Amino acid sequence: MSRYLIRRLGQAALVVAGVVTLTFVIMRLVPGDPAVAYAGPRASPAELAAARQRFGLDDPLPVQLWNYVRDLVTGDWGVSLHTRRPVRDDLFLAFPASLELVAAALVIAVAAGIPLGVAAARHKGRLPDLSIRLSSMLAVSVPVFWMALALQTIFSSGLGWFPIAGEYDTGLDQTSPLRVYTNITAVDALFTGNWPILTSTLHHLVLPALVLAAYPTGVIAQMTRAALIEESARDHARMERALGFGETAVLTRFALRPALNPVLSLIALVFAYSIVNGFLVEAVFNWPGLGRYATDSIRTLDTPSIAGVTLLVAALYVLANLAVDLLQGVIDPRARAR
Amino acid sequence: MTAPVVPDAAGAATPALRRTPLRWLVGVDRLAVAGAALLALIVLAALLAPWIAPHPEDGGSATHPLEALLPPSAEHWFGTDQVGRDVLSRVLYGARTSLLIAVAVLAISGGVGVVLGVVAGYAGGWVRDVIMRVTDVFLAFPALLLSLALAVVLQPSVTTVIVAIAVTWWPWYARLTASVAASVATRAFVDSARCLGVPAPLIVFRHVLPNSLTPVLVQLSLDGGGVILTAAALSYLGLGAHEPTSEWGLMVQQGQSLFTTNWWVVTFPGLAILITAFAFNVLGEGLRARLTR
Repeated sequence: MSRYLIRRLGQAALVVAGVVTLTFVIMRLVPGDPAVAYAGPRASPAELAAARQRFGLDDPLPVQLWNYVRDLVTGDWGVSLHTRRPVRDDLFLAFPASLELVAAALVIAVAAGIPLGVAAARHKGRLPDLSIRLSSMLAVSVPVFWMALALQTIFSSGLGWFPIAGEYDTGLDQTSPLRVYTNITAVDALFTGNWPILTSTLHHLVLPALVLAAYPTGVIAQMTRAALIEESARDHARMERALGFGETAVLTRFALRPALNPVLSLIALVFAYSIVNGFLVEAVFNWPGLGRYATDSIRTLDTPSIAGVTLLVAALYVLANLAVDLLQGVIDPRARAR
Repeated sequence: MTAPVVPDAAGAATPALRRTPLRWLVGVDRLAVAGAALLALIVLAALLAPWIAPHPEDGGSATHPLEALLPPSAEHWFGTDQVGRDVLSRVLYGARTSLLIAVAVLAISGGVGVVLGVVAGYAGGWVRDVIMRVTDVFLAFPALLLSLALAVVLQPSVTTVIVAIAVTWWPWYARLTASVAASVATRAFVDSARCLGVPAPLIVFRHVLPNSLTPVLVQLSLDGGGVILTAAALSYLGLGAHEPTSEWGLMVQQGQSLFTTNWWVVTFPGLAILITAFAFNVLGEGLRARLTR
């Protein structure tokens, strides 16, 4: 196990190094001069030179890459061109909001996707199976930004059931100010007993979380179904049938647990995907997360911020995969050999 | 290997007796036939757009201020947009943009991925290790994320969208092909080719490659939907096609503030994205159920 652990950690470190290098290379492709972007179009040559000096743009590229890595490691992620604050601080504020949204969506997706997959496998080839397969294919085909707009128009603007945008009713900051610990509003509100903000946040979460849950629900249902069907064709399932267990019992009591192994690694993949997909949902519902930060940064061609977002999400992806691989190594010793 | 190919056991129960071409077609998962038919319809609509669009000039930069935001009617089935263009015509022209992007991305990323993958799979050893580590790096960026970063540094356009998505998509094909090619490379006919003194490049491209393609083809048709969705998302964020190009994601973005008052401006382009992505997914699912056995 420890050799597996070391090898896997080494691989992850290598990937992170590659991710940093690739991000650096992409950011250096910028057509405009970053110094101009920082100092403004009317800056004097002296100001430009100062900006260039400040960001080390006159150094050779390998030196710049080295400095970039050194800064990243020491926690200096650059200064955002549009908020004029350190990118790291911006990310600390924006990421928890995204995490809140993605976590809510994944909870919905797991709670809905796994039972749907079980139901489809249980009724394989018949009407419930076909309708679940078709609706999960629809769920993975729907453009999120369009679904977000549609639900917002129908349920917020039209019926008035849900708030139109935002993370919670900011008017509540006056009546019951929130003490901030994690920056995840729902968690902070829950642990400080701030019920008005908690209910407001949950109310605001419903629509964006539902929209973001569509894709993961679809893929989790498909994967659960496929894995269950494969598992229920194995010898142990025949044995259990021979012992007199019904089909539902074979699936839920015996086949489900081994079948959840591939579903687990799928969830890690879907997690990173959902953070990025969430960018579009955040844009529609004006959710104060990474997505809104990223879209603001794109509009202002703010390369340090974009690089920060890119690095953060890519690193999360590597971590999520690593966590799943290690977890599977613990659950299933055969996984370590691969 | 952690390629996200969802194993599908649906075909497990398919009896192996359907051999004749007609029986094969009938026996194919009905989903595949339905998906292929739907997709063929969309391709046809895209190809024939200049002839079947009721107002072909509206696919471009025409404006009819007096006819702005008319609701759906006999004259304009899908209504008209902010500058009076026929939405149906723009949706039909939008199919050209979306399918062009999908075909270009799949061709580029499929081509690059398959070539690198087959080399990695056949050569094995350090060659495979190096190629796989490179794919690991690219796979750490979710497609939309790297496309976002690339689209920021390149000028927004349809070409940018194609390049940005292709850059993020090829590693999937490289990994998939590598794993298949590695197992094909151990088969007897490859050994005999080697014994006969056939040069390695010829073995790779003449013998290993054609025998490794089936799963890649399935994956390509499954991915068509994902590419269409990513491209529409990039255009929606203003990083892709721009006026006066007809592009579905762009149409949704331009009409989004009008959703409550003029629903047709946003609804139809969104449905077009949904249906096209759905067609690709249904076709891919059906093919997988049939071909991966």
